[in-house]
Amino acid sequence: MPDISFESATPSYVPAAGFGDPVFGAQAAFRAVMWALSRPGRPEPLPVDLVPPAPLSAEAAAVVLALCDHETPLWLDPALAAAPEVAAFLRFHTGAPLVAEPGAARFAIVSNPLDMLDFSVFAAGSPDYPDASATLVLQLDGFTPQAPAARALRLEGPGVEGALAFAAGPLPADIAARLAGNRALFPRGVDLILTAPGAVAGLPRSVVAREA
Amino acid sequence: MSAAPDPAAPDPATPESDAAPAGPLLPELAYNFAYLDEQTKRMIRRAILKAIAIPGYQVPFAAREMPMPYGWGTGGVQVTAAVLGPDDVLKVIDQGADDTTNAVAIRGFFEKTAGVATTTRTSEASVIQTRHRIPEQPLTERQILVYQVPIPEPLRFLEPRETETRQLHALAEYGLVHVKLYEDIARHGHIATTYAYPVEVAGRYVMDPSPIPKFDNPKMDDCPALQLFGAGREKRIYAIPPHTRVRSLDFDDHPFRVQRFAEPCAMCGARGVYLDEVILDDRGGRMFVCSDTDHCETRQAEGHHGGMWGGAPGAAA
Repeated sequence: MPDISFESATPSYVPAAGFGDPVFGAQAAFRAVMWALSRPGRPEPLPVDLVPPAPLSAEAAAVVLALCDHETPLWLDPALAAAPEVAAFLRFHTGAPLVAEPGAARFAIVSNPLDMLDFSVFAAGSPDYPDASATLVLQLDGFTPQAPAARALRLEGPGVEGALAFAAGPLPADIAARLAGNRALFPRGVDLILTAPGAVAGLPRSVVAREA
Repeated sequence: MSAAPDPAAPDPATPESDAAPAGPLLPELAYNFAYLDEQTKRMIRRAILKAIAIPGYQVPFAAREMPMPYGWGTGGVQVTAAVLGPDDVLKVIDQGADDTTNAVAIRGFFEKTAGVATTTRTSEASVIQTRHRIPEQPLTERQILVYQVPIPEPLRFLEPRETETRQLHALAEYGLVHVKLYEDIARHGHIATTYAYPVEVAGRYVMDPSPIPKFDNPKMDDCPALQLFGAGREKRIYAIPPHTRVRSLDFDDHPFRVQRFAEPCAMCGARGVYLDEVILDDRGGRMFVCSDTDHCETRQAEGHHGGMWGGAPGAAA
């Protein structure tokens, strides 16, 4: 029988803690995301007790820890992929396979939305299975016109009563055109979960966004 | 093999057995919050989010076996379990009633496995699981209505192959449903479909609203609450986000119409609500009462009385 040394099993890197309460932390994060996607452009409060490694934000980490597991290939944008602690943190808490190819991902975290890849590189689903598509989790600074590089949008569609003014930043200057291109694919397309300190907002593929 | 007793086993008659702690030998079985394990909840939650993003589209999900038979709301129960939090107040109705077997059993299930507060009042509930009705009282913004769905596919009885119906949805080819409604007109002179009446959601997917009476269809349109649908046996989840256009299919010359009742509720006198027929005897005696028990009891408590009202509920005559 081989000699098992327990000291050799001590990890060299201890990832930051996950949800204080995994069951209710995940439930609260999911409910915030659920309402955010149900009512596009209306930010939901998302209080979190996570301290993930930079540049991963606490709110994006909460969304991913609540929704991702071994069934959801996860893609990290270059800024996140450059931080090995982020990958270790996400691997430890979710077990999600991290993929280098964005098209293979079911979830993607974008820490730098200004340099965001075009939506077309992500899975948009098929006409038969439009649900087999990517969900993009964006890390933003805020949901006000005062946020840096904020873009003002006018939203309509399912979940929006009449029309709604929505602003968030930082977002690429052509975000309205990108969202319109995404909407043109409907029912295919990607869904956006926007996170900012203390809040989460949704831009599902069903939303009709115009520049305001 | 000898049947002699194992000398090491304690004699049940010895005083030691009296010293054993009272109560069951095994610890009480402990479930995760709301019964489902966390991985199952994540899988269902992801399906719910995609369902919300694609209104009316049926998202396949890996429905689990639940401790109740198919047909008793296994889909709705799984959706409820995935959304439920400790602060939720749950209401469960079966054909509008809070006090029938299915509703009582599911309410008890979540009281036991999630410890959440339950209610029969529509206005107090944050999550309402329903079988075949939408409450009479208008729903509000923060409420979630979870439907139990037997057959989620509105085209299933017209085209049995899943591969075909999937393609028909992909192509938005819904001629078959209109043919079915047209055949109603050809045979009966009017659209005779009275429940599970197909709707078009947000101008794209045709959806089965579950076997609710078509009386309830207009309540789905522009509803401020979130509507989630769970089909356990068929393993599908679909959704209508708040304030979404839901149109009941019809024709220009045969517009969609809901049922009308000649008389008001016999207990609370309500008009413009959905009524159940109750047979009273074998000589043709009958009464019509609200299908929504909470609505009826609230009205009675407010002093509204119908023709057969006989005093406060529970009071001795």
